[in-house]
Amino acid sequence: MKIGIVDYGMGNLHSVHNALFHLGFDADLVSTPKELANCERLILPGVGAFAQAMANLHALNLVESIKSFAQSGRPLLGVCLGMQLLASEGFEYGRTEGLGIIKGKVVTLDTQGRRLPHVGWNSVAIQKPHPLFKTQTKKADFYFVHSYHFVTEDPADALTTTEYGENFISSVSRDNAAGVQFHPEKSQEHGLRLLEAFCMWSV
Amino acid sequence: MLKVRLIPTLLLKGGRMVKSRQFDNFRDVGDPVSAARIYDAQNADELVFLDIEASREGRGSLLPLIQKVSKECFMPLSVGGGIRTFEHAQDLFKNGADKVVINSAVYSNPDLIGQIAESFGQQAVIVGIDVKKLDNGTYTLFSHSGSRLENVSLQEHLERVCALGAGEIFINSIDRDGMMNGYDLELAKLVHQCVRIPVIISGGAGHFGHLLEAWEVGCEALAMASIFHFGDNNPIRARTYLKTRGVPVKEI
Repeated sequence: MKIGIVDYGMGNLHSVHNALFHLGFDADLVSTPKELANCERLILPGVGAFAQAMANLHALNLVESIKSFAQSGRPLLGVCLGMQLLASEGFEYGRTEGLGIIKGKVVTLDTQGRRLPHVGWNSVAIQKPHPLFKTQTKKADFYFVHSYHFVTEDPADALTTTEYGENFISSVSRDNAAGVQFHPEKSQEHGLRLLEAFCMWSV
Repeated sequence: MLKVRLIPTLLLKGGRMVKSRQFDNFRDVGDPVSAARIYDAQNADELVFLDIEASREGRGSLLPLIQKVSKECFMPLSVGGGIRTFEHAQDLFKNGADKVVINSAVYSNPDLIGQIAESFGQQAVIVGIDVKKLDNGTYTLFSHSGSRLENVSLQEHLERVCALGAGEIFINSIDRDGMMNGYDLELAKLVHQCVRIPVIISGGAGHFGHLLEAWEVGCEALAMASIFHFGDNNPIRARTYLKTRGVPVKEI
């Protein structure tokens, strides 16, 4: 089983790699269209800004590769910024076109006066059954650190929601693609369990 | 609902973990990698590693440590001490740090905040501030592990670092460090009023009641060291103490 982690210069890929290794999965860092096409499942990590991330993906010629990977029906997981990039467009430092794998946009959190970024452990309310969360208890907490969030065009694409000032969508899924706003690779036991579920997910 | 963050701080000196009192009188309290493993097993919410020698003596020794810890502790890891350049920070991120704590360098080179934030995101930059309270009640800032007085007011400094893109503030009371007589809540409130980004308070936690009183005045992220080094306390017991008193804690 070949698991790819997209290496496009936007951080946290080593943490994701370490977590998978710890679980007994040997993932490869991939940074070319050819390497990416050979993967059986793919993780798109990332921390930082939406526009910069898309620019990096374009520079490496990976935008079309990731889109066709998603269309091929193989499991795809976006983590944090990687989840946001699945959207059609982002509004961090102006409008930027995203990968458009799950229709929607990425906008600033409306925290109703609470501190921003949203940093810390927070709970997720599961909105629909999904293999990624099959092994989670209802009250699992995950580690979040972000200022923007995903608004899906189709409400059915919302996988979990989380409350911080407003109720926002904290994970998304559609067919073989999924994304989590929090950091499973930094969420101790619950996070590792989610990553394991992704590695075992047969679409 | 967002949970309180209980953050053990690991002070490092010559590769060992130490504990100070008012930034002095260092005592050896063990091996930092073992301590990190134990804190992880005890479900601490986050770890902060501060190399106190690095800044005073101008060198850093955090890389091998963070490399080891990040391979087995899957929780947020922050690292600070002697980070003076973008390259220092970059090395730490590459070796497993999620956030860096920059402190002394910010006074002479405030642009460092923006440089790191641009590449690694605002959330990756914690600005550490060491504070002493003068007899007249005003707070004075010190850099280089408390050895150098900085001529800028706390409010001005906070305003500046936030404008430059800091993601969190780590506010440390030198007077309370290792004294175990409670956080400086007045200082905590002041900082919370000045900034809109998350604030981690540090210095003084001696028993769990101190954590509760800090939460009650609005502090959501609490750093602590002595409370776990000396005595039978650990993050599990801290969690339970707070949970039974109505404070939201991480579900495990």
